[in-house]
Formats: sequence, C-alpha cells, structure tokens
Amino acid sequence: MSNLIILPIIIPFIAGAILTIFAKRHKLQRFISGFTMLALLIFTVYLAVLVYQNGMIVLEAGNWPAPFAIVLVADNFAMLMLLLTAIISTACLFFAFKTITPKREKFYFYPFYFFLLVGVNGAFLTGDIFNLFVFFEVLLLASYGLIVHGGTSYQLRESFKYVIINVFTSALFVVAVAWLYSVTGTLNMAHLSERVAELEQTGVVNTIAMMFFVVFATKGALFPLYFWLPKSYFGPPAAIAALFGGLLTKVGIYAIIRVFTLIFYHDIGYTHKIIITVAAGFTMLLGVLGAVSQFDFKRILSYHIISQVGYMVMGLGIFTPLAVAGAIFYIAHHMIVKTALFLFEGAAKRVTGQSDLRQMGGLLKTHPWLAWLFFIAAISLAGIPPFSGFFSKFPIILAGFQEGQYIIAGVALLVGLLTLFSMMKIFGFAFWGEQKHTEEQAKIKIGKVLLPIAPLVALTIILGLAAEPIFQYSLAIAEEIMEPSIYIDSVLKE
Amino acid sequence: MEILMSIVIGIVFAVSVYLLLSKNLIRVILGTLTISHGVHLLLITMSELQRGAPPLLDLGEESFTDPLPQALVLTAIVISFGVTSMLLVMGYRTYKAHETEDLDKLRGSADE
Repeated sequence: MSNLIILPIIIPFIAGAILTIFAKRHKLQRFISGFTMLALLIFTVYLAVLVYQNGMIVLEAGNWPAPFAIVLVADNFAMLMLLLTAIISTACLFFAFKTITPKREKFYFYPFYFFLLVGVNGAFLTGDIFNLFVFFEVLLLASYGLIVHGGTSYQLRESFKYVIINVFTSALFVVAVAWLYSVTGTLNMAHLSERVAELEQTGVVNTIAMMFFVVFATKGALFPLYFWLPKSYFGPPAAIAALFGGLLTKVGIYAIIRVFTLIFYHDIGYTHKIIITVAAGFTMLLGVLGAVSQFDFKRILSYHIISQVGYMVMGLGIFTPLAVAGAIFYIAHHMIVKTALFLFEGAAKRVTGQSDLRQMGGLLKTHPWLAWLFFIAAISLAGIPPFSGFFSKFPIILAGFQEGQYIIAGVALLVGLLTLFSMMKIFGFAFWGEQKHTEEQAKIKIGKVLLPIAPLVALTIILGLAAEPIFQYSLAIAEEIMEPSIYIDSVLKE
Repeated sequence: MEILMSIVIGIVFAVSVYLLLSKNLIRVILGTLTISHGVHLLLITMSELQRGAPPLLDLGEESFTDPLPQALVLTAIVISFGVTSMLLVMGYRTYKAHETEDLDKLRGSADE
C-alpha cells in the first residue's frame, strides 16, 4: 500500500527515459508525454484523496526501519503540493504542444520536462534532509537544461548566472547538512526534529537553521537573494517560464515551511518573528516596487513572483494556525494564477510578437477572450473578491493584525494595492488603447492556445467561490504541520 | 587532525570565493569546482575523522568508522561532477555566442 507514493517520482522518470529514446520524433513525443501527464494528474488526485481520508503514508525505502533508511512521507501538505504541481504542469505541457516549435521539441524538451517533475515531486515527498538535497539537484539540473533550451544568446548569458548562483547555494546546502549531521548525528527529518528538541535550539543550532534559511531563500527568491530571478525567467519561452514561475520558487518555500515547522521551531521569537517576518516584508515591498517600475509584460510578472513569495513566508513568520493556513491557501492560489498569467503572456506574444507593453495595445478589440480571461486572473492576483486572491490574503493579514504585527500587515495591504496598480498597467497598455499590431496579426487565431489556460482561470474562480471548504482543508494542513509529533509518530512509529 | 582539516577547508573556501568573484568566465567555473571540493572535505570532516574497523558488526571490533558521511560525499561528488560538466558546456556556448569571457561585458540592459 505504501509503495504507491513512490509512483509520482517513478512515473515521470520512466516517461523521461522513454522520451529520450524517441528524441527526434516529436509527434510520438507529444503523444507519450500528454498521456503520461494526464495519468500522473489522475493518479495524484487519487493519492491526495487517499491521504486525506486515511492519514499520512510513509514508505521506508528498502524496508529498513525509519531513522536508518531514506523515508518518503506523503502527508497532506506534500500531497497538496504534488496535486498543484500536476495541475500546472499539465496546463503548461498542453500549452507547450501548441507553442514550442518542433525544432526545439527535438532537442530533448520533453525529457527535461519530466526529469524536472521527478525532482520536484521527490523534493515534496522526501523525509530525509540529504535526500532533499539530491532531489533539489535533480530538479535544478533539469531546470538548467530547460532555461537555456533553444540557446539564444540572451538565454545563454542570463542562464549562466542562474546556474552559478544555484551551484553556489547547493554548496551551502551541503555545508548546512554537514553541520546539522555533526550536531545531531542523523539525517531523517522526523529524527532530526526529536534530536533538535533535546538539544534546545540555541547558538549553533540557530546558526544551522539560518544557513538552511539562506539556502532555501535563494531558491525561493526571498529578500535579499532574489536578484537572479527576473532576468533569468525572461529568457525561456512562455511554457517554460510559466512552469518555472509557478513551480520552482515554491519548492524553496515548501522547504522553508517544512524545515521551520518540523525541525527548527523552538526559538520562534528569533527565527520566525524577526528573521523570517522581516525578510518577508522586504521581499513583498521590493518585489512589487520592481514590478511597478517595469514596462515589460514578462518582467512585471517575474517581479510579482518575488512579491508574492513574501506573502507565503509572512504567513510562516506570524506562525499561528490561521496564518500558516493562509500561507498554504496562498501557495495554491499563487501557483495556479501565476502560471495562468505567464501563459497569457505567451498567448499575447503569439499575436503581437513582443512583450514590451509600450509597443502593444488594443488586444481587447481583436482578441476579447484573451483579454477577459487575463482580466480575471489579474484581479484575482491583486486580491479582488470573489476570486481566490482575496480569500488567501485575508487570513494572512487578519492573523497579522491579531498577533499585533501591524507593520507587516500594513506592508501586505500596501503591496496588494501596488499589485492591482501594476496589473492594471498591463491591462491598460496591452489590452486597451489603440490597436498597435497589424491587421494580419489581428487575424491570428489563439483559441487553441487559450484552451489549456482556461481550466486554470476556472480554478481560481472555484477556489474563490468555494473558499470555505478549501480554507478548512488548508487549516487542517496547517494544524497538522504545526504539530510535529504527528509527523514524528507516523515516521518513527513510536 | 580535525583542526588541520578545518584550516585546509577554510583555505579552499577562500580560494573559491576569490575565483567566484573574479570577472573571467572560466575562473568562475573553477571557483564552483573548488567550492564543491571544499564542501566535500567539510562533509567528511564534520562527523569527526574516526579511525576504526569497517562497520561490520560481527567481527568483534569496538570502534567503527561512520559510513554515512562517506556515502554522502560520494553522492555529492557525483552530482558536482555532473553539474561542472554542464557548466563547462554552458560557459563554452556563452563564449561562442558573445565572443567574450569578460563577465562585465555579459551584463544586460533593460532593452536588449
């Protein structure tokens, strides 16, 4: 029974391996990858329901007992992340079928795509801190391949910096793991939680905690380590940029939430209330200011990734069940909406041939569906009810006021306003105004391209209208991850 | 022994930080290479350099070496090998595309 949870890692792995063999036959590749992706999506939904009904599933690799073997742990939080990953990667894959040229498809696009999913799913499921590093490397190596895919000179230049910053952080990750092992003598996360609780989190342990925070903050684009993100996400085509924007930084955020609720939760006054909250505030503010100053569709969206990552970490920093539940809801909302927005950028670029807002205009007249679907996603991102953005920001800010963290709550409200401003800037420049694309471009049909994005927009409406049950689900997850003994008991079976 | 190793690791880290901060493409790649060496040394040192028998329980020995860091360092070496080869290819392609290895000239402006 518990062997089931290795399938989200194995399925894309086998698919990626098979696709490598048929690299030059792009029609066959599309068929295999589309089929596998749908199978993975259906299976993940099944697994999420199973875990929600029957509780955590733990797989001990090789049947060794828990602290010695590598464990895979599927709790509700991990399953939610797996489910969101499956949803947005399905949307991006079907978008890629329509937009990635066969020339690019023949250079191992789909194998990289599936190997990326291997790494992401593995990072969500693993219960071993060194194994987390290994899966991070798997997903990073695949992401190096994807971000430079196509090999334009801009991509090469910016991807080189992306790779260097990630290699450096991975080195710091190993340093942090080495220190943690020397202090605690174990790598299993449940066991680590016990040992750190015995040690009382002071001095050295806090240093190690901060080292982990720096590592994951770089992967998750937090202040002051977000500088690599906007330029490197500008290079690749929309399908890849959307997948990265929706997925990759959230793996870092997932790791922060996991580590700072399961292992390092004993010195909340220092780690959570000061370091994480301050980092979250600056991340939100500087990210949104960056977005306001830009005049490019894709760059604005990239800067918004940064500002919104701040909300999630702010939820963790406030550290009440309400705030953490808000952060989890926010991750769900953000992954769906952000992916949709990046894909809309790809669709708009298909018509106008560029992403500079000053050269765009009048898309509303020629492509009304694109405009209105974008509008829904954009105001959802800015946090206008009745869409999911409002209901995910509300609990975080409410918890901020309840806990007396007035400054950060005020910053969050201000950032929401500026988000609305920059989203309206995109809408005003690209969709309103005079038509700046030619009549021939106006005739380009993009119905097929919009089809994979429409379910994401539908999801943000559903998440907004059905906010109560979804919020109850987030709250259940938050209470589960804030009570580490549940995790420890299921893994170590004491 | 651990103190000596710590000093060596510190020197390796200092060298790699110097290389990473330089402006030449190849030097930066060499910097990532040396930092991974430093990290591997750290990983192997951090659990104390115990000397003892192989960790096989029925040989009647009393002190054992810790096998886990060795397994970890092996994994880390393989990963950094793969990443470095990838980086070298990317560095070469970047050099071919831009015909410069000076990172100052590989900076971007807002509009291409």
